[in-house]
Amino acid sequence: MHLKYESQLREPLVYGDKNFHQVTEDICRPIEVKPSKLWYIGFFISVALLMFGVYSVYSEVVYGVGQWNLNKTVGWGWDITNFVWWVGIGHAGTLISAILLLFRQGWRTGVNRAAEAMTIFAVMCAGQFPIWHMGRVWMAFFVMPYPNTRGPLWVNFNSPLLWDVFAISTYFTVSLLFWYSGLLPDFGTIRDRAKTKLRKKLYGIAAFSWTGSTKHWQRHEALSLVLAGLSTPLVLSVHTIVSFDFATSVIPGWHTTIFPPYFVAGAIFSGFAMVQTLMVVLRKVYGLQDYITIGHIEAMNKVIVLTGSIVGCAYITELFMGWYSQNKYEAYTFLYSRGNLFSPYGWSYWGMMACNVISPQIFWFRKMRRNVFVTFFMSIIVNIGMWFERFVIIVTSLYRDYLPSSWSVYYSPTIFEIGFYMGTFGLFFTCFFLFSKYFPVIAIAEIKHVLKTSGESYKDAVGDIEVQKVEEFAHEYAH
Amino acid sequence: MNVKKFVVGCFNDESVLFPAVKKVRTAGYKIHDVYTPYPVHGLDHAMGLRETSLHTAGFIYAITGTCTALGGISWILTSDWPLNFGGKPHFSLPAWIPIIFELTVLFSAVGMVLTFCYLCRLAPFLKKHHFHPRATDDYFVMAIECTAKTNVDDLKAFLQNAGAFEIDVQNAETGWWLGTYDKEQQLIKDSAVEIA
Repeated sequence: MHLKYESQLREPLVYGDKNFHQVTEDICRPIEVKPSKLWYIGFFISVALLMFGVYSVYSEVVYGVGQWNLNKTVGWGWDITNFVWWVGIGHAGTLISAILLLFRQGWRTGVNRAAEAMTIFAVMCAGQFPIWHMGRVWMAFFVMPYPNTRGPLWVNFNSPLLWDVFAISTYFTVSLLFWYSGLLPDFGTIRDRAKTKLRKKLYGIAAFSWTGSTKHWQRHEALSLVLAGLSTPLVLSVHTIVSFDFATSVIPGWHTTIFPPYFVAGAIFSGFAMVQTLMVVLRKVYGLQDYITIGHIEAMNKVIVLTGSIVGCAYITELFMGWYSQNKYEAYTFLYSRGNLFSPYGWSYWGMMACNVISPQIFWFRKMRRNVFVTFFMSIIVNIGMWFERFVIIVTSLYRDYLPSSWSVYYSPTIFEIGFYMGTFGLFFTCFFLFSKYFPVIAIAEIKHVLKTSGESYKDAVGDIEVQKVEEFAHEYAH
Repeated sequence: MNVKKFVVGCFNDESVLFPAVKKVRTAGYKIHDVYTPYPVHGLDHAMGLRETSLHTAGFIYAITGTCTALGGISWILTSDWPLNFGGKPHFSLPAWIPIIFELTVLFSAVGMVLTFCYLCRLAPFLKKHHFHPRATDDYFVMAIECTAKTNVDDLKAFLQNAGAFEIDVQNAETGWWLGTYDKEQQLIKDSAVEIA
């Protein structure tokens, strides 16, 4: 009899008849066998995309930002759209690992490792855009405050763009630390199973000589809990600050007080969609259906329908305010440039509405939430929709200025802008393929921690206990 | 570093481990450590370990971050190089809150992780003695330190009684040393201990 037990009413988190050793075997297997042909194909496609991105960036650095179709009116186009899109995706990992840890949600254990990895890679991709958009990228270090020979001329601490520098770099650092401190015990597991010398050496280095001592675990638990407590406001602050980039300006369409909560909800929405895209494939390819169960997928779909509806609420509030404010510039942006399907960019607004607000409502049905194909399809749709959202916010607010004389011609990206975006996909998936081959994609120690309370075969044993009367149970177990 | 003698017992379930820890402690043996594949809640209390103060350290780092940001920004914008941004006051605290918050989190997180690694002696290229390779897989490994007076056979029988299914005696160093795990460990023999 285990010391704690969980009701059978709750869905098991681990299916099948597993013991601790079996858990280790299942999760370490992909690392210890040769990768499949499919892995190599995927990996080389990713590297090819990455190379395309490197070439696009090279051409932008050598010939200047003029390689992109930005102009004086549309000063932010695909680059900042992609930046916000990737940062948004980078929010699910920390949400899963930190907020769900504080809320004691057991299902986070199956997906947190891969989601955190996804977060880190997504933030790496996001960071590329503002950096290369600087044009003279060799002066990128000017954004850091340091005593310099130009006065010293300091950065403007009152500017949201500088807040972004601090927010994104802090977020990246803290996510990385959180992720890696969780990885130490699992690297220890792989090191102690390693057969070859090279593996022993490399995983030994990576595991930082982890032993599994009780005192170390006690500190590790304290560390995870405090890092979770720190990451929770951090994850909310990061996208809040990203939204301030827009909200503190006076551009109609950007100058909106609901931006912070609306952006945070959108970030969680797109982040979970990306987690679904990756998890649905990962569990199938690595045969991890016992650990990333339909229950996990359903839980994430519930988050998607909730946050999708919050985002929808924000869209409608914006439209309402466009009319209610009786400000003709606001009305022009919201009701013409966005709301009118037949305005130049109307298609992107209604594409966004269809992908983000209307289609996720399918997840009100339990059958749809638990359907892997629907989930995968919807996860792609949601991410397309969230890309449209950022494009709508940026481009439809900018392309028609106050003066018709400075209205821009129809903005569409050049091959280098597209190439840069594709390149970040390459970076993301190259990292993710390497991660899935060399890292434990599920937190082994955390699964073991919940196995005896939430594993299917262990829950069956609880059936006899649940039919007992309280007095009988107390007499037998709780004396 | 001293080489000490340990009796090592392996358990395969929490529910056996907890009573065993209690028995071993009441019998007066000194538990060097228990190595587990996952954090076993309550084991630290059962072993009589004190609570960790890592949270306190984290709090101190956080306050340091807050002070650094607040002090740094206010010095820069009010005294070192005051700039006029649209006629706003030089000391504009509300606009600084985001950066103050971010640095609070950053200092706290980085400081805590470094402290954690320091306290647990965790770093790349370090090596320690592992009492059982499956302590990170599925065994709960209890290492009991032997003194000159310990009767090893008695202790082995005692552990067997307490539910250990695999028991052996090891001579090991308890500290850490530089090295990688692909090479066999080399113990630094300390003759003084062997005589005792």
